[in-house]
Amino acid sequence: MIGLYVILAMAVLTIFARPIEISGITVQPISLAPYDPQNILYLEDPSIGRYDPPSLAHPMGTDASGRDLFSRVLVGGRASISIGFVVVFITAGFGLVYGAIAGYYGGWIDEVLMRIVDTVFAFPALVLALVIIAILGGGYWQLVAAFVFPGWAGYARLIRGEILSVKQNQYVTAARALGARDRSVIFRHVVPNAIAPLVVQASLSIGTVVIGVAALGFLGLGFPPGTPEWGTMLDATRETIIQGPGGSIPWWATVFPGGAIFIFVMAMNMIGDGVNDALDAQSNVDVEQGGAN
Amino acid sequence: MALLEVNDLTVNFYTEEGVVTACDNLSYTIERGEKFGVVGESGAGKSVTAMSLMRLIEEPGQIESGEILFKGENLLEMSEEEVRAIRGNEIAMIFQDAQTALNPVYTIGEQISEAIRHHLGYDEDEARDRTIRLLDQVGIPEAETRYSDYPHEFSGGMQQRAVIAMALSCDPDLLIADEPTTALDVTIEAKILDEIEELADEFDTSIQLITHDLGVIAQVCDRVMVMYAGRPVEKATVEDLYYDPKHPYTVGLMSSIPRIGDTRERLQTIPETMPDLVDVPTGCSFHPRCPYAEEACTRKEPPLVDPETGREATGDVDEHAAACLEYTGDLTGELDYTVEVEGEDPRAQLGDQRE
Repeated sequence: MIGLYVILAMAVLTIFARPIEISGITVQPISLAPYDPQNILYLEDPSIGRYDPPSLAHPMGTDASGRDLFSRVLVGGRASISIGFVVVFITAGFGLVYGAIAGYYGGWIDEVLMRIVDTVFAFPALVLALVIIAILGGGYWQLVAAFVFPGWAGYARLIRGEILSVKQNQYVTAARALGARDRSVIFRHVVPNAIAPLVVQASLSIGTVVIGVAALGFLGLGFPPGTPEWGTMLDATRETIIQGPGGSIPWWATVFPGGAIFIFVMAMNMIGDGVNDALDAQSNVDVEQGGAN
Repeated sequence: MALLEVNDLTVNFYTEEGVVTACDNLSYTIERGEKFGVVGESGAGKSVTAMSLMRLIEEPGQIESGEILFKGENLLEMSEEEVRAIRGNEIAMIFQDAQTALNPVYTIGEQISEAIRHHLGYDEDEARDRTIRLLDQVGIPEAETRYSDYPHEFSGGMQQRAVIAMALSCDPDLLIADEPTTALDVTIEAKILDEIEELADEFDTSIQLITHDLGVIAQVCDRVMVMYAGRPVEKATVEDLYYDPKHPYTVGLMSSIPRIGDTRERLQTIPETMPDLVDVPTGCSFHPRCPYAEEACTRKEPPLVDPETGREATGDVDEHAAACLEYTGDLTGELDYTVEVEGEDPRAQLGDQRE
């Protein structure tokens, strides 16, 4: 439950960090972040320098270009978190339909579909994502594509396996014997009974995708340099880990974006575990009853 | 015209061990309102027969030949769309294991009303009313509140009633009951069988009852077909079959029913088991287990004949037919079993009443 609250809090913070405008109309006017994440503050106020340590005015200090780090971490969550959810939504949705069709029909359809999955699995996911970014260039939807392409195969394989076992149940035959269409048999009777492991997998994957996006950002791929995005921010301040100006290490420049990634992924994994326990509750209860008797 | 006419149905399963002929040239008819029993051991092809009627045979199985005439139309030549309109609507099925025949994620009521909405085009409320009436009819108390219960909240007997309600939901003309009471205990079994029978009369539904229990057949059915290794070995009315069984396999089945007051030390059984259908014995497939088998039985496959005349069975409704070489004059010995009837033979009275 703590995980859920943390995720909700982070989501709210990022959404309300800066006003959101859709085609000129302000949809969300609240601005929690004190500064524009792109503003180079020392141009406006010479008293603010590069790598200023955390202070009351700038709770997380400033970065290499003298931008307010707190604002950047807040706004940076938008890209990281939304890519995580969008990617998992698309991959899980597509993998679900794909795996359901393969598992339900079986035979040569299954054979062909699963060999395609094997082909996708043959590439290491992050390397494939790198290649796609290299081809398509950086940007939000390019990043989504880079993670969707290798990502759906895992869900397809998972749901297919589940469906192979669920479709043995007599209620599937019973539904067909009542004249239901294949489509409604699959999506009304088979999938709802097979979806539990997929939900667990999906909730755990969001964290993985966020880390992946950050990793690409850290490698300098994905978003253009200077974009407020956790991974890209880490990359921009990479040199500070070795030595900062004046011999001191401006720890705030790496700790805060890195910490944001850490907390988000950690919370996401806690949710995943929680979901897992909740969906598994029935079998646990059985075990307990067996023990009590 | 008979409601259902199955002619020379052959179903094969292409397994890795070889081709299994689960139904071999099977023919039978079911009249409107009739209760037809199919008996046999496990693996005799009873369920495959049922699934063929719904055209639900799945890979690696395949209906090879024959025709299934339902109200004069051949189900095997229909499009998938047309068959779907018949499934559940005109031919419905009661499954053996109610616990797995109900989907755990939907309420009982929703599962039943789904079929009603689908086939009869009822709206949400009408379907709900009809479902509650059905649940009430099959003997579920407080049907209104039980409507929104999930399957796991029902007891085994109740689940079976719900499955029956589901099968009856669209007033089918033919109800296929595949071992509907096997998973239940004996007292519930008797109740459920009574209910199936009553409901069938009330809804004017024909029943094809599949079971391995001759007692169940005796209670419910009008006519019986005994199956062995995918073939019919005896067809008769219930009275004829019980009081004058003509096939050694039927006799074997009956003598293995335990009886109250029986003084035998051990229950009589038919020796060995059903042959592997990949490799069915030559000639009469029952000969390795038949106490009366002769050399001729290993060579010649017995046709289904009228035991009185030895002529080939005509497929008449009330005809008694058996597939044993005894009746074609190929055997030298005799089938020297006797049937003891305790009490009066009801055929004496029934004989006059039958049309």
